[in-house]
Amino acid sequence: MDLVKFVEDQAVTKNEVPAFKAGDTVSVHYKIREGNKERIQVYQGVVIQRNSVGTNQTFTVRKISNGIGVERIFPVNSPNIEKVEINNHGKVRRAKLYYLRGLTGKAARIKSRRF
Amino acid sequence: MTSIFDADGKNIPCTVIEAGPCVVTQIRTEEKDGYSAVQLAFDEAKEKNTSAPLKGHFAKAKTTPKRKLVEFKTFPDEKQLGEVVTVSIFEEGEYIDVVGTSKGKGFQGVMKRHGFGGVGGATHGQHNRQRALGSLGAASWPSRVFKGKKMAGRTGGDRVKVQNLQVLKVYEEQNLLVVSGSIPGAKGSYVIVDK
Repeated sequence: MDLVKFVEDQAVTKNEVPAFKAGDTVSVHYKIREGNKERIQVYQGVVIQRNSVGTNQTFTVRKISNGIGVERIFPVNSPNIEKVEINNHGKVRRAKLYYLRGLTGKAARIKSRRF
Repeated sequence: MTSIFDADGKNIPCTVIEAGPCVVTQIRTEEKDGYSAVQLAFDEAKEKNTSAPLKGHFAKAKTTPKRKLVEFKTFPDEKQLGEVVTVSIFEEGEYIDVVGTSKGKGFQGVMKRHGFGGVGGATHGQHNRQRALGSLGAASWPSRVFKGKKMAGRTGGDRVKVQNLQVLKVYEEQNLLVVSGSIPGAKGSYVIVDK
């Protein structure tokens, strides 16, 4: 098992992302390559879960785009993540906010937490 | 298994294999054995757990007792007795085959074991047969079940070869090989890496 850890430490460069939890609103600056041009796309939404530990950890960001719920999973250590900004700290009582999938509009709001 | 990122930032699932150092313990030749091959030994074994004949075999190659002995019929280059083979024979980017023993699954039905579809639906008088194999064959002729009919039984624990796995990384100091995708067998089991 420590050999797997060794490979993870060697082969994956860790991103420095600020500490955020489920319920926080974040904007992820994601690099997108089109041909040989590179641009940055900002994806903003609510973090509904943080998954896994170590170098393979991911987080899921949910947003409502043109009235349709969109969820995107980002690996924390992905080289395509330029930076992660925290826009708001949410006050929630669970670690996985799957219940947000069934809610829309006013009901899907999250109270903000003083930080 | 773990995953690493490639140059494009793509997340690639991969498996870490500890490959070597292996010692050449015997050279099979056409004249003496009727075929040519190179025998490699891997993984240190305790002296007290090694039988006397094997101890003699390892002493011939001037090496310590090892756990596993495997012969390779088509070895790329000439080897001498006692020579050490390391992961450095592999290059990043090349494709390899991995042979292992698949995980044992115990006694399994035909749906899991052979990929059968099961019997129709739950209604129309069906009872207790949703995962059954259906018919075993015709009746008055041949009046028997043909040999090799796929039925339930012990599943897994077979020799399985996975072809064309790409070598993603080679760590010579640690004797590690990182290949893309999964390989047969449980964690910590022995595999044969074939170029």
